[in-house]
Amino acid sequence: MKKNIALSDTGFLFNPSTGDSYSTNPIGLDIIRELKDGSSPKEVLKFILGKYEVEESRIEKDLGDFIDMLKSFQLMDNNG
Amino acid sequence: MSKIIYERPVITKLNTGISNKFGTRTEYTPVTDIDGVSVKSIIKEHGSPCFVISEKQLRKNIRSAQRAFKTRYPKVQFAWSYKTNYINAVCNVFHQEGIWAEVVSGFEYQKAIQNGVPGNKILFNGPDKTTEELKTAMENNSVIHLDHFDELFEVSAMAEERKQKTRVAIRVNMDTGVYPMWDRFGFNYENGQAWNCINKVMANEWLDLTGLHCHIGTYMLAVSAYSIAASKLCDLAVNIKSQWNKSIEYLDMGGGFASANSLKGSYLQGADIIPTIDEYAEAITSVILNYGFKQNELPLLILETGRAMIDDAGYLLGSVLATKRLSDGRRATIMDFGVNILFTAFWYNHKISPAQEFSHHTEDMVLYGPLCMNIDVVRESITLPLLSKGDNVVVHRVGAYNMTQWMQFIQMRPRVVMIDEKGEVHIIRERETIQTLEQLESMPKHLSSFEL
Repeated sequence: MKKNIALSDTGFLFNPSTGDSYSTNPIGLDIIRELKDGSSPKEVLKFILGKYEVEESRIEKDLGDFIDMLKSFQLMDNNG
Repeated sequence: MSKIIYERPVITKLNTGISNKFGTRTEYTPVTDIDGVSVKSIIKEHGSPCFVISEKQLRKNIRSAQRAFKTRYPKVQFAWSYKTNYINAVCNVFHQEGIWAEVVSGFEYQKAIQNGVPGNKILFNGPDKTTEELKTAMENNSVIHLDHFDELFEVSAMAEERKQKTRVAIRVNMDTGVYPMWDRFGFNYENGQAWNCINKVMANEWLDLTGLHCHIGTYMLAVSAYSIAASKLCDLAVNIKSQWNKSIEYLDMGGGFASANSLKGSYLQGADIIPTIDEYAEAITSVILNYGFKQNELPLLILETGRAMIDDAGYLLGSVLATKRLSDGRRATIMDFGVNILFTAFWYNHKISPAQEFSHHTEDMVLYGPLCMNIDVVRESITLPLLSKGDNVVVHRVGAYNMTQWMQFIQMRPRVVMIDEKGEVHIIRERETIQTLEQLESMPKHLSSFEL
């Protein structure tokens, strides 16, 4: 996750390099915070499983899709 | 510590300056029950997808339509357009409310008879009536609505041969200022064809010209078109009276009143632009009342409106099969119903509501049906909550045409249930099975076995 992305508690994101802003839901915010703190996708998955009522197969699919969206919005560093 | 309820993570780019002035419309509000019956319980009992008809809404629509016309005009009769929805239980709700039958094929005619509609209360419309079907209609004293000269000559010959005075009406097409003009059915008013047909019928001792009929289009948004149509039919009726001294028994204004569905490409929501039933009624009845008929010679006014009566009494319940991401980043949601059973998705942007609570977070998505066919798109673009596999939705205003135009293509057609006025759920059409279809097939002996 790019370090310069600004993040609010209500799920509002701002990318100062492009001027684009984004909105995410509470679980999205959790994931982005974890990624920003340097967690790997596997660690994020474990964190979500511990916090939310969800099956592993489902979060695996949804997390993969979410990270793909972060990449397509160019919010991730090249190394993930 | 208990865990938090899961919702799929979502991130949306915020755009400014591209919405229209009304903003985007989002269906957050879940529809968890229909007439007090839970959507989940219907799906559990009757499967998904499942069509649901609300008898309460149906009767309410019928009564308000009848009230709109009967408070304005002394002689009104509605006839149920069978092609709009000919499931017998649906037809019988209409017949219980005093409504006749309007049919456009021998098959529909048989349905009306089997439902117990007296022959003289069936209006037999449409371009396709076989000799056998015409004979049955004559025996039952139904009114045959003539569509073309070939039919006129056939009916004339049959009536003469049977020595039976036969009741006929003439379908008239006309320019009402609306494009496209429906001129393929019946006889044209402007070029004199209709008058020519009237004269032929009046000159025939075996034909009794009972009515004049028009049906100017479908999903008509301009009530003025009905005023023009009523005026042209009245003109013919008055001329028949002056030239043949014959009072026409009825004027049949057909149907075509819009329902609150939104047409594709429409800038505004259907509910915001359609005329009310009272506006249609006012446009039609004021013309007839002011045309100069003597009070005791006012013709019976027949209406055959279908869509506006039943569309909002029909719901389709369905479930999410899967969600996926398309190559351009759009969300795609695959439903267990598609254009095979929701035929009207070809021309309407149907309102679709979630059937369970979600947060306020939403996503733009394309809704696909289950068919392995590229054309199977239920909504090209819709903003809905974060649907996941297994979630349920309610599609609104599907009562008209879907349960008659549906296709048995790739999938079987599902159950149709009706919720009665007491909240009891009745199966009114069973789901199809492979046996339903295979009973019609047969296998030549030389093809009955193979080795692979």
